[in-house]
Amino acid sequence: MFVQGGALGALAVVAALAAVSGRRFLLAVVYPVTALAAIALGVVDLAIWLGGGGFAAVLPIGLPTIGLHLRLDQLSAFFGVVINGGVLAASLYGMGLDRAKELTPRVEPLFPLFAAAMNLVLIADDAYAFLFSWELMSLTSWAMVVAHHTNAENRRAGHLYLVMAAIGTTALLFAFGGLAGPAGGYAFDTIRTQAPTPLIAALVLATALVGCGSKGGLIPLHAWLPLAHPAAPSHVSALMSGVMTKVAIYGFVRIAFDLLGPPAWWWSLPPIVLGAITAVLGLLYAVFDRDLKRVLAYSTVENVGVIFVALGLALAFRANGQPAAAAVAMAAALLHILNHSWFKSLLFLGAGAVLHVTGRRDLEGMGGLIHRMPRTAVFFLVGALSISALPPLNGFVSEWLLFQSVIAAPALPQSALNFAAPAIGAMLALAAALAAACFVRVYGVAFLGRPRSVEAARAHEVPLVQQIAMGGLALLCILGGLLGALLTGALAPVLKGLVGSELPNAGTGPTPFSLIAFDASRSNYDAVVIALFVAIASVAALLVVHRLSARRTRRGPAWDCGFPDPSPAIQYSASSFSQPLRRVYGAVVFSARETVVMPPPGDLQPARFSVALIDYIWTTLYIAPWRALLRLSERLNALQFLTIRRYLVLMFAALVILLSIAAVTI
Amino acid sequence: MIRGYELSHLLAGVMLVTSFALLYQERIASVINTFAAQSVTLALAVAWAAFSQDRSELFITALIALCLKGIVIPVALHRTVVRLGIHREVEKVVGVGIALMVGLALTGLAQALLLKVTQGTASHAREELALALAIILLGFLMMILRRNAVTQVVGFMSMENGLILAATGARGMPLVVEVSVAFSVLIALFVFAVFVFRIRERFDTIDIEALDRMRGDAR
Repeated sequence: MFVQGGALGALAVVAALAAVSGRRFLLAVVYPVTALAAIALGVVDLAIWLGGGGFAAVLPIGLPTIGLHLRLDQLSAFFGVVINGGVLAASLYGMGLDRAKELTPRVEPLFPLFAAAMNLVLIADDAYAFLFSWELMSLTSWAMVVAHHTNAENRRAGHLYLVMAAIGTTALLFAFGGLAGPAGGYAFDTIRTQAPTPLIAALVLATALVGCGSKGGLIPLHAWLPLAHPAAPSHVSALMSGVMTKVAIYGFVRIAFDLLGPPAWWWSLPPIVLGAITAVLGLLYAVFDRDLKRVLAYSTVENVGVIFVALGLALAFRANGQPAAAAVAMAAALLHILNHSWFKSLLFLGAGAVLHVTGRRDLEGMGGLIHRMPRTAVFFLVGALSISALPPLNGFVSEWLLFQSVIAAPALPQSALNFAAPAIGAMLALAAALAAACFVRVYGVAFLGRPRSVEAARAHEVPLVQQIAMGGLALLCILGGLLGALLTGALAPVLKGLVGSELPNAGTGPTPFSLIAFDASRSNYDAVVIALFVAIASVAALLVVHRLSARRTRRGPAWDCGFPDPSPAIQYSASSFSQPLRRVYGAVVFSARETVVMPPPGDLQPARFSVALIDYIWTTLYIAPWRALLRLSERLNALQFLTIRRYLVLMFAALVILLSIAAVTI
Repeated sequence: MIRGYELSHLLAGVMLVTSFALLYQERIASVINTFAAQSVTLALAVAWAAFSQDRSELFITALIALCLKGIVIPVALHRTVVRLGIHREVEKVVGVGIALMVGLALTGLAQALLLKVTQGTASHAREELALALAIILLGFLMMILRRNAVTQVVGFMSMENGLILAATGARGMPLVVEVSVAFSVLIALFVFAVFVFRIRERFDTIDIEALDRMRGDAR
């Protein structure tokens, strides 16, 4: 507890110092201090996650008579490890920022505050503390999104983010209101002792899904995320995408699994259905987008969807008294949370490195970066492979567990879930395939081939400390994959607290590294064996090929399709790569239309090709209500111009109507 | 059973009757006189309550009501009316019949509501509260049905009379609150008066519809 207090205090102090003085030196000091605080907090969280313990305290600050309840249990500690890992990597990356050009008093003072706010959400133990730190987290991140406010696009992103954050927090306010009940016990301890009626539970679940879903990017509440996350500086994007979405998921887990009491089976339907839709749509957005950071943000949307599916399945299994299956689903969710925080932070930091050296975010201007920034390219490749869920990396472990629990879902007694399970499995499989396609496209276009712009041709490697940040995360992704079974085993105490069971038959596999979902005969994944097999097979194939082929490697000119001295622009582009998917899915989901303008023969004008996509979620769920609101407010505007007597009449009528209602109903 | 229940009930009833009278008075001078009568009745009712329930602090309330609303405010309003030269004006929005029917409905609503809400308490307090609510609602109705700023002031004061009556019956309102209410009403009167003269200076009338014309959206 003292470590927590000290670290959070240090973050606040350094933020205040940087904000007040605004001098370069103090702005730069922010990152080492934040890194140290993240290490301290992370170590404490890790110890509590693995070893138990934790603390609870009531501080006499905050609202009078309520105070400030703080508590760190194993669930919070697990999420604390997720968050502080991401914060550490982002701070390391920040230490490599150019002190003269890239530090600004609009970002650096807020960075430690943002980190502190996310930690505060985790240890909040009453609704007031939770919402306060939640808002602090939203506002600090919002301020960093609009840090470069001269760009109109950033302002728009910030505006949308602020609106969505306000909606989300309002929804959470109602969720906690419903949880606290008429007596108004806002401490989580009090809430746990109350059992809400089914109607209240449904309302709380819906509002919690809106509140946490809007922060996490659950479709259809995702619209702000692909705009706001890329608008922030890249290491902040990494934090927002890799870590802040996890805080949102923490909020949902805390409410749905801890505060709301024993679940009913239908609670699982909204997270499963919305999650599956989010997973598929998020990647369809990603695969058509040309902005590197926005692709990553859409991919975050997809991963949040995957995690919500796992959470929903865990709710369903738990409600039906199948703790073992619930543990598998919950382990998939928690592990994916951890994994995603690693590889998404890695990818965003990589994107930040690319953005920093090329100054470009559009994929069509990149290319050939593997030669100019070889280390970043390798780290990015590890991240891309992990997020595409390829064994033996960490993304595969959690996806494998998730599919195991989806396969177990037909054993559920409710026919709705029975019928949904295969569809959900198909959608998740589609999402996994799309993710692979998406990251092949990103990696291939950005890092392979020849540079498509002067900036890309002039790219160079980023500072060492930023390489360390990315390299550390890449190492975690590899280790998390190889040692996935041990990591899953470490989740046991958290799982016991959430669903009352750990993985059945954990550790009964043939090697210590085999991950057993249900039992060894049915489902067994051994990352180390697979890695060994892959390594041996590749080396053997390499040797055989070398032996059979000509000895000497000859270098010749690349095949140029018969066009001498081709421009790099004729390389396979990002749009070309996504065209098959656009034709198959885009035509249905986004009404994609491709138009080719061909000049007549003899005309020297270039031919033009353009693609128009319609985002139906945006037009129906955002623009249409917005227009309706405007129309309504225009109608109500007349109320501003009544005569004094008419206002009095309105007041009087309201009074009389209320009195009549009271007279009739009481 | 509280002593003198019949008399206090009678006085409250008289106040309600004066409220109805306020609704149909045609000329401003008689409106002010009726209001003065209502205030005097209020003072009597409060004094009777003080006497019958041995609550001597209520005598102060009664004295304030008598002096301020029975004498000072009516005299001030009369002078205003004379200075403005509007003592003959007649202004009504709806006819007397409709006004009285609406007033009757409001009284019925007040009775129905309060007799329901206060079930189980002493009947004396219940009926007096119901009468007080009816007086408040009628005062509000009067503010709506009159155009003239002076008569609106009277409607407002009449609402306040109802509030004091309710406070006396409810036995809850401490003297400090009553005194502050009385003074705030007095201040409100000053504000009203200033505004009335300002309006008059600017528009040569104190018909509040003139304000709307000035704002540019008269109908």
